[in-house]
Amino acid sequence: MTAELALLLAQDGVANGAIYVLAALGIVLVFLVTRVVFVPFGDLIAYASLTLAALQEGRRPGIVWLVLLLAGLALLFELAGRQRKWGRALLAYGVLPCLPVAAAFLLAGRALPPLVEMALTIGLILPIAPLLYRIAFRPIADASVLVLLIVAVVLHFAISGIALMVFGPEGARPRLLTTASFEIGGLFFPGQMLLMLAASALATLLLALFFGFTLSGKALRATAVNRVGARLVGIRPGAAGATAFLLASALAAASGILIGPVTTLFYDSGFVIGLKAFVGAIIGGLVSYPGAVLGALFVGLLESFTAFWNSALKEVVVFAVLVPVLILRSALQRHGAEEEPEEDGL
Amino acid sequence: MSRMQERALLLLAVAALAGLPLAASNYFVTLMNYIGIGALAALGLVLLTGVGGLTSFGQAAFVGIGAYATAWWTTVQGGSPWVGLVLAVAFTFAVAIVLGAATLRLGGHLLPLSTIAWGLAIFFLFGNIEGLGRHNGISAIPPVTLGGLSFQSGTAGYYLVWATLGAVMWLCANLLGSRQGRAIRSLRGGTAMAESLGIDTFRIRLAVFVLAGVLAGLSGWLFAHVQRFISPTAFDVGPGMEYLFMAMLGGAGHIGGAVLGSALVTLAKDALQDLLPALIKESGQLEVVVFGALFILVLQHARGGLIPSLQRLLPRATPPVPPDAPPLPRRAPPAAGGEVLVVDGVVKRFGGLVAVNQVGFELRAGEILGLIGPNGAGKSTLFNLVCGTATADAGRIRFLGQDIAGLPARRIAARGIARTFQHVRLRPTMTLLENVMLGAHLRARAGLLRGALRLDRAEERAIRAEAMRQLRRVGLDPNPHELAGNLPLGQQRILEVARALAADPLLIILDEPAAGLRRLEKQKLAELLRALRAEGMTILLVEHDMEFVMGLVDRIVVMEFGTRIAEGPPASIRADARVQEAYLGGVA
Repeated sequence: MTAELALLLAQDGVANGAIYVLAALGIVLVFLVTRVVFVPFGDLIAYASLTLAALQEGRRPGIVWLVLLLAGLALLFELAGRQRKWGRALLAYGVLPCLPVAAAFLLAGRALPPLVEMALTIGLILPIAPLLYRIAFRPIADASVLVLLIVAVVLHFAISGIALMVFGPEGARPRLLTTASFEIGGLFFPGQMLLMLAASALATLLLALFFGFTLSGKALRATAVNRVGARLVGIRPGAAGATAFLLASALAAASGILIGPVTTLFYDSGFVIGLKAFVGAIIGGLVSYPGAVLGALFVGLLESFTAFWNSALKEVVVFAVLVPVLILRSALQRHGAEEEPEEDGL
Repeated sequence: MSRMQERALLLLAVAALAGLPLAASNYFVTLMNYIGIGALAALGLVLLTGVGGLTSFGQAAFVGIGAYATAWWTTVQGGSPWVGLVLAVAFTFAVAIVLGAATLRLGGHLLPLSTIAWGLAIFFLFGNIEGLGRHNGISAIPPVTLGGLSFQSGTAGYYLVWATLGAVMWLCANLLGSRQGRAIRSLRGGTAMAESLGIDTFRIRLAVFVLAGVLAGLSGWLFAHVQRFISPTAFDVGPGMEYLFMAMLGGAGHIGGAVLGSALVTLAKDALQDLLPALIKESGQLEVVVFGALFILVLQHARGGLIPSLQRLLPRATPPVPPDAPPLPRRAPPAAGGEVLVVDGVVKRFGGLVAVNQVGFELRAGEILGLIGPNGAGKSTLFNLVCGTATADAGRIRFLGQDIAGLPARRIAARGIARTFQHVRLRPTMTLLENVMLGAHLRARAGLLRGALRLDRAEERAIRAEAMRQLRRVGLDPNPHELAGNLPLGQQRILEVARALAADPLLIILDEPAAGLRRLEKQKLAELLRALRAEGMTILLVEHDMEFVMGLVDRIVVMEFGTRIAEGPPASIRADARVQEAYLGGVA
C-alpha cells in the first residue's frame, strides 16, 4: 500500500467517521440522560435523507404519515394516563408535531429553495425521537438499562416495518448540498465532505458548550447521574428526557442531510449506520463525548481500510472489532466493581 | 395440587403431544415442528435472560452456527447428520466460550449491545462465505436417519423435534433444581451476594451463556435437517429478537415459558401472514410492526410473562418437608478461646480520605465481638475488608493463622467466614429452603452435568436436610416452602443468618442485623446469637443499636473517623470518656 493510497483511504475514512461522530454523539447524549440505548437513532438518519430526497423530487415525503401516527399514539397515551394538563399535552403531542406536517402538505410538489427543503426535513424529523420517547420509554423510565435496551431494539424493528410502508422499498439520494471542491496539499476535498467535517466539529463544540455552561445542560447531566436526586432539586426527568431526544432528533436530521447525497440510503439502511456509531461510542466508553468522537473516527477509518482489502467483509470486521475491544476493556476493569441491582421479572 | 396430580398432568400432555400427528393436518404438524425448534432456542434464553439475568440478541446467530455447521458437513462434505450434530454443538460451544469470556465481565448494557454487534458480524459472515452459498444459503440438506429409519416426513420430523425438546426440558428442569442451578438463580441477587456464598459468578455466567448457545446450536441442527434448506436471513438480529420475545412472552424464568412463548409467536405469525394481506394491501413487514408493538406492551406492562399469571390460577404444589439425611461433613472447630481472626494495622484509602486507619483487633473462638461507632466511622469499610469485597491498602488480616487479605470474597467464604448483609440480600422468588440451601453451596460438589442427569440425589438430600436443620435452628421451619420475598423484614434477616449457618462457618460476620427490627424481633435475634455462642460459634457484629450490642457481646471495639478509639467489655466502654464524646459530642 503506497502512502498516497493510505492517505486517500484515510480521507475517505474520516469522511465516513464524521457521520458516525454525529450519530455517536446523539447516542451518548441520549444514553447519559435517559439510560436508553437509542438503537433507532440510525433509522432517523435514513428517514431524514429519504425525506430530503422526496422534497427535492417534488413528492410529499412518507415521513408525514409516521409523524402523524406517532403523534396520535402519544396523544392516546396521554389521554389514557392520569394526565391533568390536557392543554399542554395537546400542544406538545398534537399541535407541535403537526406544524411541519401541515407545512409539508402545503409545500410538497413545489420547487423550493434548498434551505427551505432542509428546514422542512429537519422540522419533520424533529418530533420523531421525542414522540418515540413518550410512547415507548417514558412509561418505563425507571426500568433497568436492560429492559430499556430491549425496548429500543424492538422499537427499531417496529418502526422500520412502518418505514417500508411509508417510504417504499426504493432507495434515494438527495442532491449534493454543494458541488464545490477544494484541493489542499495534493488531496482533493469535495465540498460535501468538508461540510460533514464542519458539522461534526460544530456539533461536538455546541454539545460541549451546552453541557458545560448552560443551566439546562447541567440539568440534563444531573438527570443522567441520578434521576431521584434531580427530581428533588426540581428538575423534571421526563422533560429532560424529551429534551435529550429532541437534540438526538436534530443530530440525526443533520446527519441524514449530510450523508444522504454521498450514499444511497434505503428505509432500513439506518440500522447498520446506527450500530456502527454504537461500536464507536462503545469503543469510547459510552459515557464520554470526546471518547465517542474518537471511537467513531476509528470506526470510519477501519471501515475504509477494510473495504479496500475486502469490501464484502467490511461489515464483519467493523462489528467483530468490538470483541477484542471489549476483551481489552474487561481486562483493564478492576475485579468486582460491577454490582447489578436486584430485579425480578426482569 | 399434589405431586401425583402434577405427574398425571405431565403424562397427559406427553400423550396428547404423541398422538397429535394422528389427528392434525400435515400443515399443523409442520407448524408444531417450528414451534418445537423455536422453543429449543428460546429455552436457552429463558435460562440466560429469565434465570441468569443476562440478555442476548444474538441467539439466532448461534442457531445459525449450528445450522450451518451441520449443513456444510452433510452437503459439501457429504457426511452424516449425526457427525453434523457433534459439529453443531462443538462449534456453538467454542464460539460461545470465546464470546462469553470476552464480554461477560462487562456491565449490564454492554453485554447485550455487544451481542447485537457480534450477532450481525456472524450474520454478515454467513452471507459472504463462498463455501456456505453466500446469501443463497445451502439447500438439499439430507434428513436425519437412524438405522433404516428416515426422519424425512413432517410427522417423523415432529417426533424427532419434540422428543429432543422433551429430553432437553427434562435436563434443564433437573439442572435448575440442582446445586449449580441454584447458583444460576442466585445471579440476579447481584454479584456480592453470590460471591459471598462462594459462587464464582463469572464461571457460572459463562456456563449459562455457553449452555444457552449450545441449545441454540441444537435448535439449528434440527432446523437445518427439518427444513432442509437454510439461508442467512433466518439468523439475523431480527429473528434473534423474536427468540427473546418468545422467552419473555412465555415467562422468562420458566422452562415451560419457552414452549408457550414459541407456540404463541409461531401461531400468531402464521395467522398474521394470512390475515394482514387480506386487510391491507401493502402489508410487507406489518407483522413485524404488530410483533414489535406487542413486545413493547409486554415489556411495559407484564415483564414477568404469561406463565406466572397462569401459575396463580393453579393451586401451588406443596412438597413435603424434607426428611432427615446423613449430615454433610463439618469443619473442625478451633479450640475454645483460640485465635480466630486477627486484624492488624489495616489501612484503606479512598482517594484522599482514609476510611480505615491502622485499625487492629483480635477475635477468639466462641466470643461475640461488637464493632460500633458513629456514622462514617469506617465500620462498613472494615467489614468489607474482612469479607473480601474490598482490598486493604496496608495491614494484615489473618483467619485461623492464614493470611486472607486481598483474597476475593468467594475464597474467603471457602475458608469458613459467612456473612449477612446490611440491606438484606435474598432471592425473593426462591423458597426459604432454597435460599438456605444456597448457603451450603460450598459444602457440595455436584457440577452441571451431574445436576442435569440427577446423579446428585444423595448429595441434594443431604443439603436439603441440612438447610431444614438450620431453618429449625433459627425458628423459621413452619413454612419451608414459602417464598423468601413474602417474609417480613425481621424474618428475612433471620433467614440470612440461617443461610450463613448452612455454610458451616467458623466465623459469622453480621452487618447491622438489628436495623429495622422491632423490639421483639431484636430479642429473638439476640437469643439466637447467644445460643450460637453457646455452641462455640465465633461472631463479629457491626451494629448501631447500643442496647442490642451492650446486652449481647463479650467485647466491643469502638471506631471513630477511621481509627480505633476504645476496646473492652461493654461496661468499661459505657464508662469510657472518649466513647461518650464520640457519641454525644462531649460530656460537660
